[in-house]
Amino acid sequence: MLKDITLGQFFPGNTIVHRLDPRTKLILVIVYIVALFSAEGVVTYALVFAALAAVVALSKIKLKVILKSMKPLLFIILLTGLLNLFYTQGTPLLSFWIFTITREGIFNALFMVLRIAMLLAGTFMLTYTTSPISLTDGLEKLLNPLKKIKVPVHELSMMMCIALRFIPTLIEETDKIINAQKARGADFETGSIIRRAKALIPILVPLFISSFRRADELAVAMECRCYHGGEGRTRLKELHYQPRDYLALTEGLVLAVAVIVLAQFGL
Amino acid sequence: MEQTAIVVDQLTYDYPGTEETSPVQVFEGLDLIIEAGSFVAVLGHNGCGKSTLAKHFNAILLPTGGSVHVYGMDTRDEALLLKIRQQVGMVFQNPDNQIVSNVVEEDVAFAPENLGVPPEEIRTRVDEALKLVGMFQYREHAPHMLSGGQKQRIAIAGVIAMRPKCIVLDEPTAMLDPQGRREVLATIRRLNRENHITAVLITHHMPEAVLADRVVVMTDGGILTDGTPKEVFTQVELLRAAGLTVPETTMLLYELRQAGFDLPLDALSVEECAQTLRDFLTKA
Repeated sequence: MLKDITLGQFFPGNTIVHRLDPRTKLILVIVYIVALFSAEGVVTYALVFAALAAVVALSKIKLKVILKSMKPLLFIILLTGLLNLFYTQGTPLLSFWIFTITREGIFNALFMVLRIAMLLAGTFMLTYTTSPISLTDGLEKLLNPLKKIKVPVHELSMMMCIALRFIPTLIEETDKIINAQKARGADFETGSIIRRAKALIPILVPLFISSFRRADELAVAMECRCYHGGEGRTRLKELHYQPRDYLALTEGLVLAVAVIVLAQFGL
Repeated sequence: MEQTAIVVDQLTYDYPGTEETSPVQVFEGLDLIIEAGSFVAVLGHNGCGKSTLAKHFNAILLPTGGSVHVYGMDTRDEALLLKIRQQVGMVFQNPDNQIVSNVVEEDVAFAPENLGVPPEEIRTRVDEALKLVGMFQYREHAPHMLSGGQKQRIAIAGVIAMRPKCIVLDEPTAMLDPQGRREVLATIRRLNRENHITAVLITHHMPEAVLADRVVVMTDGGILTDGTPKEVFTQVELLRAAGLTVPETTMLLYELRQAGFDLPLDALSVEECAQTLRDFLTKA
């Protein structure tokens, strides 16, 4: 059941989206988010959506994969939609009991759901097309100036890299523990929410213990491979901006500016 | 060329105690010399100190008393730490807990990156290491999609990429299926024979130890016996007293001897054992 989680996964490939410098992709994601949150009307949303669709198409990542990753977050998306639907003031269209649905509410709800879905899809594209190591490399390079004010940039990026690396391993492990507990008669599927939440304790405790053991072993293994912090480290793939990176950055910025300007006119 | 890889001299080690417990002494004056280029198996049951000993070989643990020298370098010398760890690579039991990256080649590159090797040379080393363990075609795969044996070979490649003179493997096959076990052992043997890398294999699996040039048997922090596989495994009573089993072939011959047949004990492989029995039967 947990095997389906694709959150934070990387799908190797050799498309232009995969080959972009991770720094470019990180900046573009931020630009994309800014554009997305500036979008006001149909035109601007369409623009941002077109950009997203173009990236998805170029990356050759299957739409099914993206939709599947959104599934665990469906509840939050729908809840936000519903809240917007019922709690927006404006011209009432429909009214029953204590609820009133307004014209503005329908628009707001639709836009909100779209916005969250596109936000997720956009950020998924980053992790799907960028290997964790290059992603953290990019992050480290981008945040490098912060080293001057004593921010442990290298350590943070290393931690993130390892966290991403262990997602599939821990999912597998959780599956195993769930099965082991089920075999001992544990029941995760019936009862009230509180009961089911309590049933999770026998999963979480072993998971935590084994994670600590893993962390300990990994630390020793890393030391054995001469890990001694970021000092004097080189990279297999050094980051260099290519013409395509400048091109992608320019396109992203133009789009964002266009969206912000158009949004001023309420489009 | 023939020099010593690791010299353990009068090693004592105490696991530091906590507030309630007193320190636990693991070794008391242990001596061991490992020749460069040899393939040594260290055998012993759980808790006999073999993993603790292995961790002394690359300065993960430091001796409380006595000394450990690796290719002439004292492991207590902090200035030599990286050099020691580069020369003596270590592979552990669980491959999942040794792999740092989601992409095979980036994981293999981890150690050379730490050593500050220039990028082009890292590329050469990574390719070379992956070819040596027979995993080159998987270089762009995600490790969690591979089998246990393949993951363990990636872990070995990750160590080989440092170009060490010696690799220490701490029960590398304990979590693998028979297929993975064979793959990993074949890899270790090839690295030892063809690339002249000193191999120290820590195991409690007898048939694996038979592959080595030399077997060191440990009990309770000391060395029980030390010699070629044939010399060691023929000492059936001694090994049994230490709670260890001997290979099934030796066991068969031993039982037959006990029953009054005059058979030699030093036939370790199945083929040798069959030959011995056949010779005996034709003679009789």
